[in-house]
Amino acid sequence: MDTYLQQLLNGVTLGSLYALIAIGYTMVYGILRLINFAHGDVFMWAGYWVFFLVALFHLPWWLGAVCAVVITALMGVTIERVAYRPLREAPRISLLITAIGVSFLLENLIIVLPWASGRQKPYPTPNFMIQIYQAGSVRIQGVTIWVPLIAAACLLGLIFLVYRTKVGRAMRAIATDIETTALMGADINRVISYTFLVGSALAAVGGILWGCRYPRLQWDLGIMPGWRAFTAAVIGGIGNIVGAMLGGFLLGLAEILVVAFLPGLSGFRDAFIFAILIFFLLFKPTGILGKPLKEKV
Amino acid sequence: MRRALILALAIGFGALALAQEPIKIGCLLEFTGACAAYGQMARDALEFARAAGIVPTEVLGRPIELVYFDARTEPVEAANGATRLIQVEKVVAIIGTMCSGPFLGAAEIVQKAGVPMIGPTTTNPLTTQVGDYCFRACFKDDDQGPVAAALARDYFGAKTAAVVIDVAQAYCVGLGKYFIEAFEALGGKVVATLYCRSGDVDYTAQLTEIQRVNPDIIYTPNYYTEVALMARQARDLGLTQPILGADGLFAPELIQIGGKAVEGIHFTTFWHPAQATGLGLLYAQKYKEHFGREADAFGALAVDCYLLIVDAIKRAGSADPKAIKEALQTADLEVVTGRTIMTPEGDPIKDFYFLKVENGQFVYATMIPAARAAEIKALMGK
Repeated sequence: MDTYLQQLLNGVTLGSLYALIAIGYTMVYGILRLINFAHGDVFMWAGYWVFFLVALFHLPWWLGAVCAVVITALMGVTIERVAYRPLREAPRISLLITAIGVSFLLENLIIVLPWASGRQKPYPTPNFMIQIYQAGSVRIQGVTIWVPLIAAACLLGLIFLVYRTKVGRAMRAIATDIETTALMGADINRVISYTFLVGSALAAVGGILWGCRYPRLQWDLGIMPGWRAFTAAVIGGIGNIVGAMLGGFLLGLAEILVVAFLPGLSGFRDAFIFAILIFFLLFKPTGILGKPLKEKV
Repeated sequence: MRRALILALAIGFGALALAQEPIKIGCLLEFTGACAAYGQMARDALEFARAAGIVPTEVLGRPIELVYFDARTEPVEAANGATRLIQVEKVVAIIGTMCSGPFLGAAEIVQKAGVPMIGPTTTNPLTTQVGDYCFRACFKDDDQGPVAAALARDYFGAKTAAVVIDVAQAYCVGLGKYFIEAFEALGGKVVATLYCRSGDVDYTAQLTEIQRVNPDIIYTPNYYTEVALMARQARDLGLTQPILGADGLFAPELIQIGGKAVEGIHFTTFWHPAQATGLGLLYAQKYKEHFGREADAFGALAVDCYLLIVDAIKRAGSADPKAIKEALQTADLEVVTGRTIMTPEGDPIKDFYFLKVENGQFVYATMIPAARAAEIKALMGK
């Protein structure tokens, strides 16, 4: 019994991390219809920024983490400005390819940076995150408590931003019809910059918490979580923020439970996850909470 | 008269250029990817050993030049690298790769091209079975696994074991299999066999399952990249069993990332500077003076490969790849990690070292001579 309780907790921890990354992923998609492949790499960079600031420049952890969020958010805006904006009128496939290019650039930049190199670096972890709490025979890491709380706060903040502010209204308008929104006098570029600012800041929060749970920095650490977050976003209904959160939790739980119930198949964990992705894409492309997308004229 | 002088000069310079024509040795090493630490340690060691004068930098009166290529810990990238080193750089032999998976990717190519390749730490038995141009400078996993099983039984007194295997690495899969066979042949019982994949970060599900079956020891023949995180999660979940690993753990990242959780981890490996003699002792001392840290087994074995190739060129009296291969097959040389006697199959006979992590350092625990591995295998009926 305790084993299953522990497994459930393992799943919730992993799931809430996926959820946090998936929110940012789905937000950019929902507004721009762009699958931002670089999202996972922006997430990876956030971890490295904490490493640079805390381990190399000896900032206190919290300050390093806050600065990392700000720098990563600005990185996201810069990427949009340099790589995506010039292609706004181009066919969507060009944008997708560019996103893949940006992803490779960000990964290889880390490899050639002298302070990072191809070798793994230890991520600096604050004690309150890695503290272990014992409840009966179940053991909980600080991260397990903090991540769902922070994810929920981010979700609420995002819902407020999208549904209660002027920028949010503009974002929703762009999601519906970008040309008409422009005709109405909204500053499209500014709104899209905001979208990337917020999306990348969410990726940064995800990356910082991910590091606390899995304190190992490597150039490719964003790839798998990026794909998982994409899967989570599809399960929840891509473009739907609450759906992404739900999808993340479900995916994390599924991943842990498949090992818990079928330990002999633990090597097929990734295959199982992506089978779920294919299943949803084939039979329920709108996900659990997504609305069918009207083809834009 | 003048014309004759020019001609004579031209011939003279030509001959000089010919005499100085360097012998190129390819270094197909992993500078990025899962085995980045090993490849970078190998490069550091090779450059250091040449600069410090521990190894010769010329043979047959010609300078030796090393040409590096990043194998990225990917079989396909290793294959590309081998092709480039042979066809474009015209190397006469290749040092690398550090890991068995990439080696297998490049092996067919070097075999077809007829250029010998010697893997410093490619322990998977399959690597030298590809052909007669494939060599290794280390022991094999079908010996390393049984030796680890014997240690689990004798040194730790373990009756039951759980095994966690990285299914994406030929190295880990092979080693896991040999350990299980030997552990059961030696009277132990493997109560759980679980799997993960390179790049995985979350092992809590596998570890919670291990906690449920509660074995005496956990054997995890994976790379440091995975084991550092796994050990942390194991200790966080309250698992207290000893963790036993393999040669892939001998990298500083294990301790940097694993922190307190990797204290007490034991693993089998090729060499330890504290046990070095002769050339190895000189190497270990100078290495520590130069880098301010202890020498590692990966670098030491890369230097061994270099020495074996140079010795083969010297004995063959030629830098022809085929002649080098034939000389390598009969090598018997004192190298950094001790005396290395090559077999015609390309597999040298080597002793086993057993290290542990203590106070954030890799410390020598014990040693098992090569002969003991043969005894254990005889016991298994092999």
